[in-house]
Amino acid sequence: MAIALRTLDDGAWISVDDSRRVSVSDVWTLSRGVFCECEPAYVLLEGFFGTGVDGSVVVADAVGQCLECGTRDSIDRLPVGRIVDGEFKPYSPEAVQSTLESDAGRQA
Amino acid sequence: MPSDVEQWKDELYGTDIRAEIERFAEEGWDAIPDDEHDAWFERFKWYGLYHQRAGQESYFMMRIGPPGGVLEPGQFREIVEIADDFSRGPAENPVFGNGWIDVTTRQAIQLHWIRLEDVPEIFDRLESVGLSTVQACGDSWRNIVGCPVAGKDKHEHVDADALATELHDTFKRNEAHSNLPRKWKVSVTGCDEGCGQGDINDLAFEPAEKEIDGETVTGYNIRVGGGLSRNEPRFARDIDVFATPEQAVDVAGGISALFRDNGDRENRYNARIKFLMDEWGPEKFRETLQEEFVDFELHTAGEDLRESYSYNAGEADGKHDHVGVHEQPDGNYYVGLNVLVGRIGVDEAYDLADAADEYGSGEVRLTQRQNIVFTDVPEENVDDLRSEDVLEHYSPDPHPFQRGSIACTGTEFCSLSIVETKNRQVRYARWLVDNVELPDGVENFHVHLSGCTASCAQPQIADVSLRGMKTRKDGEPVEALDIGLGGGLGEDPQFAAWIAERVPADEVPGAIANLLENFEEARDSEAQSFREFVAEREDEELADLIEPEETDYDDPFMHNTKRTWYPYAEEDDLDESPAPAQADGTPIPSDD
Ligand code: HEM
Ligand code: SF4
Ligand SMILES: [Zn+2]
Repeated sequence: MAIALRTLDDGAWISVDDSRRVSVSDVWTLSRGVFCECEPAYVLLEGFFGTGVDGSVVVADAVGQCLECGTRDSIDRLPVGRIVDGEFKPYSPEAVQSTLESDAGRQA
Repeated sequence: MPSDVEQWKDELYGTDIRAEIERFAEEGWDAIPDDEHDAWFERFKWYGLYHQRAGQESYFMMRIGPPGGVLEPGQFREIVEIADDFSRGPAENPVFGNGWIDVTTRQAIQLHWIRLEDVPEIFDRLESVGLSTVQACGDSWRNIVGCPVAGKDKHEHVDADALATELHDTFKRNEAHSNLPRKWKVSVTGCDEGCGQGDINDLAFEPAEKEIDGETVTGYNIRVGGGLSRNEPRFARDIDVFATPEQAVDVAGGISALFRDNGDRENRYNARIKFLMDEWGPEKFRETLQEEFVDFELHTAGEDLRESYSYNAGEADGKHDHVGVHEQPDGNYYVGLNVLVGRIGVDEAYDLADAADEYGSGEVRLTQRQNIVFTDVPEENVDDLRSEDVLEHYSPDPHPFQRGSIACTGTEFCSLSIVETKNRQVRYARWLVDNVELPDGVENFHVHLSGCTASCAQPQIADVSLRGMKTRKDGEPVEALDIGLGGGLGEDPQFAAWIAERVPADEVPGAIANLLENFEEARDSEAQSFREFVAEREDEELADLIEPEETDYDDPFMHNTKRTWYPYAEEDDLDESPAPAQADGTPIPSDD
């Protein structure tokens, strides 16, 4: 079954099936090179501007800032959760993440 | 491809939403189909209803927009009664209790914890006194702001209240202007103080004079494309147009239509008119307006009064706001009362409504500094009014740190927020009053706190701008603030420069204390304003003057307040949320 994915309220949320599941203003832990050269990088997400699926993984495009080095940039295709049996299971922002390379399954 | 929001608006928007709200209210929260939540909540905004953040499902923020912030006799009291009856949450706020009204930076009132089931009755009661929530949020003409003492002030040149009301009457519920690409914020200034704050609005009317056929006509110069949000602040640009009072509504309609037809509907982040102005520039903008959107010859700009603008201008002395007792042209007085961070508890709000009735005309006006003004107080009543108990707290003569404080909604209710704001700002102000001496000669010092870059508290035009951030302290993520300095409006407006980033929130009062001490030491003279002092210096030098440090100020909101269902609840975990709830407050079990 297709899921409805979109950003909501001017980038405050990733909405999955009309439910606000991923919020801005969390600090995500990213591995080196994904966002900046910090290892790991603690990146505050300030706004989402796109979302899509990659296989079963839900990804988001966001603007964020590294809390250590201060880099402010956009980050594409950050995995924010997975679809398991039609249900969205969010990833924990604290777990170290890298972004997906593949371009498949893009919805925007 | 048009965005989801554009598709939803195409299907149903504007006044058609009302019947649907009534239907959902009748049938209850559950009647909104699960897979249509996003679409309906987007549409509800047009009627001033904003679904509160995650953890608070089924509760709404409701915004009521009186043009120019003017609440006629009886209107303020009705809002207080509505707040008393319907604006109660499942948990208390430790500073404000349960049940209050928020005065906003765009001269509106916000109520929280509103349940859909109660909305039709609230709408009826608002309408019974001539108020409405129409277009208070959503993609259209928002509340029209303007001089809050229009018609009552000696500095007035042209009647801003008349135009604000005319614009309100023309463009609210106006099908041709209901569905714009994005929010549309309009300001009308009539005085030489600049208290309409046109520079930070999408469309600004500013007082001006022009020779037309040998006669001096008083009217408005037009500026377009201001706004503070998203790290992309802009001041409105002069498009070299003068409008007579008779032309003003047509010019406004032309510009609104230009935006409607040319704003970016594909990308909401690029949709505000400030971005169209970036792309076109004022000349092309004027040309297009003239050729396609008005059917008379536009005048070129007249002589403006910007030189004397003092509102939020960062001057060391002067009145710059409407707090205090001021004589009106008719010999009565208006009395501006300070409302710390804009929030008034219901019980005190009743007292204020009583005082406005007893000593003035009962009219209560709202200012863009989140304060209130009583008008038409006869001279013989002024002392009696001042001795009312409620004016101790809502003072016409507040301490500058209280007078200067503005805070937005923040994580308490707002989806975008990164940090707690209103309670924190109250604590900041109290700590500063108790611990920091203002340098001699400094009668005004503005500290504005916004929870995120949307900038609802207008941080970029304050002496000290605070903006929600996070940092890591002792290995843990904690709430933090970016600190900007030296912003202000006036003749030559200037946005604050962001000088210190990610300062842990519990070190900010110490930073402000040190900054003021360093300012006092290094300034040229007592006459030099803080804004001038900042303008003279490089960012690096200023950064050295900030010196964040822990003090005896205690901050209970350092943890992630956004990951709570309500930051002040005893059990604040998202899983403990009582939302969504039925109209009577019983939680509705959710499926997952
Ligand atoms: C979709 C997310 C939001 C965005 C992008 C946003 C942005 C803004 C901006 C840019 C301003 C005005 C600043 C200026 O003068 O230029 C503003 C005003 C304001 N916003 Fe928001 N805001 C959002 C959501 C909210 C929410 C959810 C609340 C409260 C529940 C809120 C409360 C306010 C208040 C109190 C004001 C000032 C008053 C007014 O419009 O009458 N905002 N907002
Ligand atoms: S500035 Fe940000 S946090 Fe504050 S009310 Fe506006 S959107 Fe919310
Ligand atoms: Zn980094």
